Amino acid sequence: MEKMMLLGDEALAQGALDAGISGFYGYPGTPSTEIIEYAQRSRQTSEGKIHCKWSSNEKTAVEAAIGMSYSGKRAMATMKHVGLNVAADPFMNSAFTGANGGLLIAVADDPSMHSSQNEQDSRYYGKFAMIPVLEPSNQQECYDMAFHGFELSEKYHVPVMIRLTTRLSHSRSGVKRRDPLSQNSLKKPDDQFQFMLLPAFARKKYKHLIELQQDFEQESVQSPFNSFILEAPDYSMGIVCTGLAYNYLREAYQNQEIPHPLIKICQYPLPTKALRAMQEVCDSILVLEEGMPVVEDILKGIAFKGCKPIKGRLDGTLPRDGELNPNKVSQALGLPDTLGSEVPPIVCPRPPALCVGCPHSDSYLALNEALKDFEKGHVFSDIGCYTLGFLPPYNAINSCVDMGASITMAKGAADAGLYPSVAVIGDSTFAHSGITGLMDCIYENANVLIVILDNSTTGMTGGQEYTAFGKLEEICAGMGVPKEHIRVFVPLKKNWDEMVRVYKEELAYKGVSVVIPRRECVQTLKKKNKLETPE
Amino acid sequence: MKKDIILAGVGGQGILTIATIIGTAALNRGWHLKQAEVHGMSQRGGDVQSHLRLSDKAIWSDLIPYGKADMILSVEPMEALRYLPYLSAGGWIIANKTPYKNVAVYPDLVGIYAAIKKHPNHVLIDADTIAKEVKANRAMNIVMLGAAIGHLGFSAAEIETAIQTIFARKGETIVEANLRALKAGIEA
Repeated sequence: MEKMMLLGDEALAQGALDAGISGFYGYPGTPSTEIIEYAQRSRQTSEGKIHCKWSSNEKTAVEAAIGMSYSGKRAMATMKHVGLNVAADPFMNSAFTGANGGLLIAVADDPSMHSSQNEQDSRYYGKFAMIPVLEPSNQQECYDMAFHGFELSEKYHVPVMIRLTTRLSHSRSGVKRRDPLSQNSLKKPDDQFQFMLLPAFARKKYKHLIELQQDFEQESVQSPFNSFILEAPDYSMGIVCTGLAYNYLREAYQNQEIPHPLIKICQYPLPTKALRAMQEVCDSILVLEEGMPVVEDILKGIAFKGCKPIKGRLDGTLPRDGELNPNKVSQALGLPDTLGSEVPPIVCPRPPALCVGCPHSDSYLALNEALKDFEKGHVFSDIGCYTLGFLPPYNAINSCVDMGASITMAKGAADAGLYPSVAVIGDSTFAHSGITGLMDCIYENANVLIVILDNSTTGMTGGQEYTAFGKLEEICAGMGVPKEHIRVFVPLKKNWDEMVRVYKEELAYKGVSVVIPRRECVQTLKKKNKLETPE
Repeated sequence: MKKDIILAGVGGQGILTIATIIGTAALNRGWHLKQAEVHGMSQRGGDVQSHLRLSDKAIWSDLIPYGKADMILSVEPMEALRYLPYLSAGGWIIANKTPYKNVAVYPDLVGIYAAIKKHPNHVLIDADTIAKEVKANRAMNIVMLGAAIGHLGFSAAEIETAIQTIFARKGETIVEANLRALKAGIEA
C-alpha cells in the first residue's frame, strides 16, 4: 500500500479507523483538533457510520466513549491536555470500571504553550489513573498505536491513554497502512457489576487495578514500541528517552551508532527492571523527555538519592520548562551544537491578533465605551480568539483562566461586592462549560452582565461546530434569565449607538442579564464563500 | 542528499501550499519527508513557520536544528529575518519584498532589505507585483517557490508536475495561472 502523508493527529485517526473504531468523541483544542477533523472528512467514517460529531466538552466526550465501550464497540475520546482536567472525573473512574470494547483516551499536550494556558504533562494523569500510556515518537507509531492500544484495552479491559505532543500532532510524514479491521458488534459487558462503582464494588475494582499493574509493566517490557540496549561501548552515561525525544537523540548522532546504553520508552508504566539494570551498569543517566520531568522524577526518587547522577530537566542539564528541540538535546549530550546568525534587532514581534473585520472587535470597542465611566478591572473573560481582546488596541478584558471561568469568576466578584461585574465568553465556550456557571448566577440572582460573543462557531481552533448553536436565547431563557434581559444585536460599526445603549441598560439592571452580540466569524464566512463560488 | 527548508510568513499567506508542492516533488523522487506546521492561535495574524525536511535517507527530528537550514523561504521580508538562527552558513534566503503590515509600527523597510542583503546568498524579489504582472494575483507564493527551486536542486519540470497534481481538481485555469507564476518566479 502507498504511504499516506499524515499529521501525527491524522495518523492516529487513520489508525483508529483502520482498527475498527465505532465512535470518536471530543471537543476541539490545539493540538488535538485534527484527529476528529480528519475522521469527519474520511470516507470510511460515512461508509462505516462511525460517530464523529463534536461533544459539548471533554467530560461529556469521555463519558460517551465509555458508553460506547460498555456496548462492546471501540471508542476514542480526544482532547488537549487541559481538556483532560475537565474530563478528569470520568477519566479516573474509567480506570476502575475498565473497558468492554477498546477504549482510547487521546490527549495532546502543548509544551511551550504555543496555544495553551499551561504545559501540564498528561503522563502524570496516566500514572495517577494507573493505566497504560502510549507515547508515539513518530507518525507511523501514531498509526500503529491505535491498533496496539485497542488490543491492550480489550485484553485487560482497561482504558489506554495515547499521549501526543504539539510537534508530533502537527508534523506530517509518510505512514504505511495495514488492512482495515471490521468494527466490533454490539455486546454488553459479561459482568453486570463492571460499570457499577458503588463503594463495595469500587473497592474490589481498585484491588483488581492494583493487581493488573505488574501485567501492564510486563506489557511495557514486551512492547514493540520500547527498546532496551544495555550493551554499548561507553558506560559513562546511559540514556533514557521517551516519545518524540528519541528523534532528537537520533538527530544529534546524525544516523551514527549511539555509543551509550539506550532505553527508548514509548509505552508506560515504566519497565523498572531495565531501568535498574541501566543504573547499575552506567556511571550516570541522562533522561530526555518532552514535557515535564515525569520519568526523571521517578528515577531520581528517594531510593536513588546519593547514588549515581541522574541528569535531565531537574538538575539543569536540560531547561526545566518548554519543549525540547534537537539543539537542546545535542547540548545535553555534550555534542557539538550549531547556531545560525542572530535575529537582527530591527525585527519586531508579530503577536496573533483579532482578524480584520472580526465581530469581537466591534463588540469589545462598544463594551469599552459603555464601561468608560467605571475604573478598569471589571471584565472577566475566557478561552478563545476573544482572549486577544486583552491586547491593544482593545485592552478590554482582565482575566483568562479556564474554560467557563468568566461567568463564575464574575459571580464570585459580584458576591464580593464588585460592580459592575462582567463576563465575556464565546458561544462555543458557553456551551462547553458556561451553562452550569449561568445556573449558579440564576440560583442566587447574581448581579452580573454576561456577554456571549456569538460568532456561530468554535473559532480559535479553526471553525468547528458546537452543540448549542442556534439555541443560546432559548437556553438562557429556559434557565431563568428574564426574557427582557436577553438582548441580541449585530456587532457592526453602523450599530454603535444601539450596542452601547444595550450594554449600558444591562449594566444598570441589578440581576443576571445576557447580551449576545451575534455575527459570523470572518474566517468561516470566507471558507463558506469559497465553497459557494469556485475560483 | 538532504534539504532543510524553513518556510516563513504570516498566518494565511499560503506557506503550507508551498510546502505541499515541494513535498510532492520530493515524494515523486522517492525521498523521505517531514513537515512541521503551526496550527492554533498563532495562525490569527501572527508569525508562522513550517519546517520542511527532505532527504533520500531517514529523517529523525521533525524540527530543523538551529544552524542547519539550507534555505529560509519567506513570503514576507521581516519574517525572513526572524528565522536566521536556523540558517546554515552557506544557506540561502529567498524573500518577498512586499511587507504584511499588521503590527502597530512596522520597521523601516530599507533597514529590513539591508539586513537581508547583508547575507551573501539571498534573493529578494517583489513577488506580489510579479504575480499581478502575469495575471496570477493570488499566486504570490508560487512566484516565491519559482525563485527558490534553483537553489533547492529541483528542476522546473519536477515542480510543474507537482503543481499540476495538486491544483488539478481546481481546474485548468488555476493550474495555468500557477504555472505562469512559477515561470515568472524562476525568471525573476
